[in-house]
Amino acid sequence: MCGIFGVMDKRRQMMDGSGIREALSMMNERGSGEGAGYVAYGIYPDYRDCYALHVFFDKACESKAVIDATLEQWGTIEHDEAIPTCDQPGLRVNCTPWRYFFRPDASLAPGSATPEKDVVTNLVMQINAGANGAEVVSSGKNVGVFKSGGAGSWPEAVADYYRIQDYEGYIWLAHNRYATNRPELWERPDPFNLHDWSVVENGKTTTYGANRRYVESFGYNCSTGTDSEVIAYLIDLLVRKHGLDINLAIRALAPPYWDEIDRMPEAEQNLNRALRFAYGSATMNGPFTVVAANPDMMVGFTDRGKLRPMVVGECGDRLYIASEETAIRAMEPNVESIARPAAGEPVIGRVAP
Amino acid sequence: MSSNLGSMPLRYRISIDREQCMECGRCVENCPYGVFRWDGERILINSRKCTACHRCIAYCPRDAIMLQEHPCDYRSHPVWTRGVRESIYNQARTGKIILAGMGSVANLPIIFDQLMLDACQVTTPPTDPLREPVELRTYLGKKPSKLEFRQKPNGDVELSTELTPNLMLETPIMLGHMSYGAISLNAHVAMARAARETGTYMGTGEGGLHPGLYPYQDRMIVQVASGRFGVNVDYLERGAAIELKLGQGAKPGIGGHLTGEKVSADVSRTRMIPQGSDAISPAPHHDIYGIEDLPQLVNSVKEATERKKPVFAKIAAVNNNAENVAAVARSGVDAIAIDGFRGGTGAAPRVFRDHVGIPIEVAISTADQELRNQGLRNEVSLIACGSIRESTDVVKAIALGADAVYIGTAALAAMGCRVCGNCYQGLCSWGIATQRPDLVARLDPDVASKQIANLIHAWTLEITELMGAAGINSIESLRGNRDRLRGYMLDEGLLDILDVKSVGA
Repeated sequence: MCGIFGVMDKRRQMMDGSGIREALSMMNERGSGEGAGYVAYGIYPDYRDCYALHVFFDKACESKAVIDATLEQWGTIEHDEAIPTCDQPGLRVNCTPWRYFFRPDASLAPGSATPEKDVVTNLVMQINAGANGAEVVSSGKNVGVFKSGGAGSWPEAVADYYRIQDYEGYIWLAHNRYATNRPELWERPDPFNLHDWSVVENGKTTTYGANRRYVESFGYNCSTGTDSEVIAYLIDLLVRKHGLDINLAIRALAPPYWDEIDRMPEAEQNLNRALRFAYGSATMNGPFTVVAANPDMMVGFTDRGKLRPMVVGECGDRLYIASEETAIRAMEPNVESIARPAAGEPVIGRVAP
Repeated sequence: MSSNLGSMPLRYRISIDREQCMECGRCVENCPYGVFRWDGERILINSRKCTACHRCIAYCPRDAIMLQEHPCDYRSHPVWTRGVRESIYNQARTGKIILAGMGSVANLPIIFDQLMLDACQVTTPPTDPLREPVELRTYLGKKPSKLEFRQKPNGDVELSTELTPNLMLETPIMLGHMSYGAISLNAHVAMARAARETGTYMGTGEGGLHPGLYPYQDRMIVQVASGRFGVNVDYLERGAAIELKLGQGAKPGIGGHLTGEKVSADVSRTRMIPQGSDAISPAPHHDIYGIEDLPQLVNSVKEATERKKPVFAKIAAVNNNAENVAAVARSGVDAIAIDGFRGGTGAAPRVFRDHVGIPIEVAISTADQELRNQGLRNEVSLIACGSIRESTDVVKAIALGADAVYIGTAALAAMGCRVCGNCYQGLCSWGIATQRPDLVARLDPDVASKQIANLIHAWTLEITELMGAAGINSIESLRGNRDRLRGYMLDEGLLDILDVKSVGA
């Protein structure tokens, strides 16, 4: 099951988290109260040039010194602090959420077209793979993930725990989890983030193993065993490293059937065949609806059979993508248009430049 | 000088239920080995000549014939087995290397049988192949690892990466290389027709291409082996793809064997060798004495065919398989066929057949992983062969990392072969592994091709169902998806090498 929700303001007008909390909790029937999470872009204007690292410490007293030292090896910590939280009845807290505002040392990734992101990627892989009692859950500029798992983690409790009404962002993604395994781990629920990209998924792919082996051959390390982690890495690889436009990246992940390709005009046929040739191991199979975002866009796409729902709403400058229409209406009762894209038809919304 | 060993205990005993027998004589006509003969009104039996080919049993209208294996016991002994003792008697008498047909008879565990497949239950729905598409279409050949684009003057973006020619298969099952000579022309024609009907390809083996197969040449992968039998530019140009045979799973490290008995006039013309001569191809290619020589051979056949055809290489699965595959992947070939130690053959020295090489399950796993580690996986397709027995073997081989499989023995069995292992005698009663015109005539290519096509079709349906149950609707999502396999009673070391979790994990 799971319920997902995304909203983007095309002109970067800010929304605080309260409406997103309302929208997500409207889909509580799709969750099991053992995981929920939010991610927002634009929330740290004072540190807009730093990479905001949200880290969960099992035991802050043991792990923080290790992470501080690791970060100092890879760059400079501009500022760090505990993420403000407010205990909720019934929400079982088993880690300490912390945030660093970090400047990576670009000289440590010589020759890279995106040295800072390479450093941050390496750093995240290193910390999350290590048995150091720390997990980096988000690592982008001006973006942050707020999530928890285990008993009592309904969307309202998680929102209130992190006080997300105090944050203002122009893109928000949210996830209401139906737990299946390891519900107690706070890093497991969506959203999943790697610097620019954040991902929420309703689904469970049947290609996790194949996709994981593919991204891991490019140096990514999947530490949580979740689909959305692999999807975030796939998108980062295809878009940042391989230079694919987002619509081609989505087509690589959820390609048309060969029968459809056979009927296309020659140039298009060639392009689609090339995508399937090159990215067969990146192709995702099984049921999924994914909503992903980076600082400039929000996209939604489904498996090519559309085994999971995806509803799209528009109202003024706002684009909504959700599992259920009711979630969109909870946040925007006067929504102007509602659409249900066909299987394999992606939705791409871009922020005005 | 004769030996003092006398005769060996009978391997098989044939008996006739005289109450049932109506003395029709079909057994006498059908047995090319001379087990049955007329003695006046009565049929006499010489069981010593029996190969267990079952031809008499299959064609007895009264089910009157019965076969018993090992009717005479040796003193049982766990070390000095029947096979070991009989090999010694045989070699004490002859002083020769023992030749044997078909694949390994070593009684070793089969890894495929200890790999369990996955199916969807509640967290993901199965795909229903009767109602939703499940794609088995497979492309074999080099694929780009990433794509390049260029901007057109009008601002549109277009692909600038040129795709290398690939073979398009409707199902990931191909008919493996068995030469004309080793098997009959009728068997080859049957396979070629079946390949065309099912949208796949067949290998010619190392025996050249008989003119009778020219009508099917768009479905043929023409093989170039170390003996270069039948190879010229016309041969290369006729094939849909070209395969360089560097090794064979049944006998790694040695060349091919075709006994002179099977080199008929037609075979001699097709192979370009003298009639009746043994065709022993050399162990190495005499122009490949180092890996750096392979790219030259690859380039020369590519140049000879204007770079329009994919070039495959076939290697036997041996200890340093991963290294061999990575080396071959850099030579410019488009696909690598890896032949496991259980691969079949018309004739191989028994010691090679049963003792040299590694299982295909392991070889495919290590090859796929090594190519990924080295960023070479898209450079080549991987073809698994050597004892692919049923559709589940195909699914498991692909989940371990193969793109497609070759079947050999299974295709022969679909034409009637009973895996008796006497192919090297050239007396195949089913008309498959023989060149004797009267025996070859027993195999009707129309009938046999239908049987092979039926088999491929049936396996394709089963693969579709298995993929659907696993919630996978395209074959590339199965490829290398080891997460969908579990090892049952496999040891930790093997699980680690296969990169497969144990059942329950």
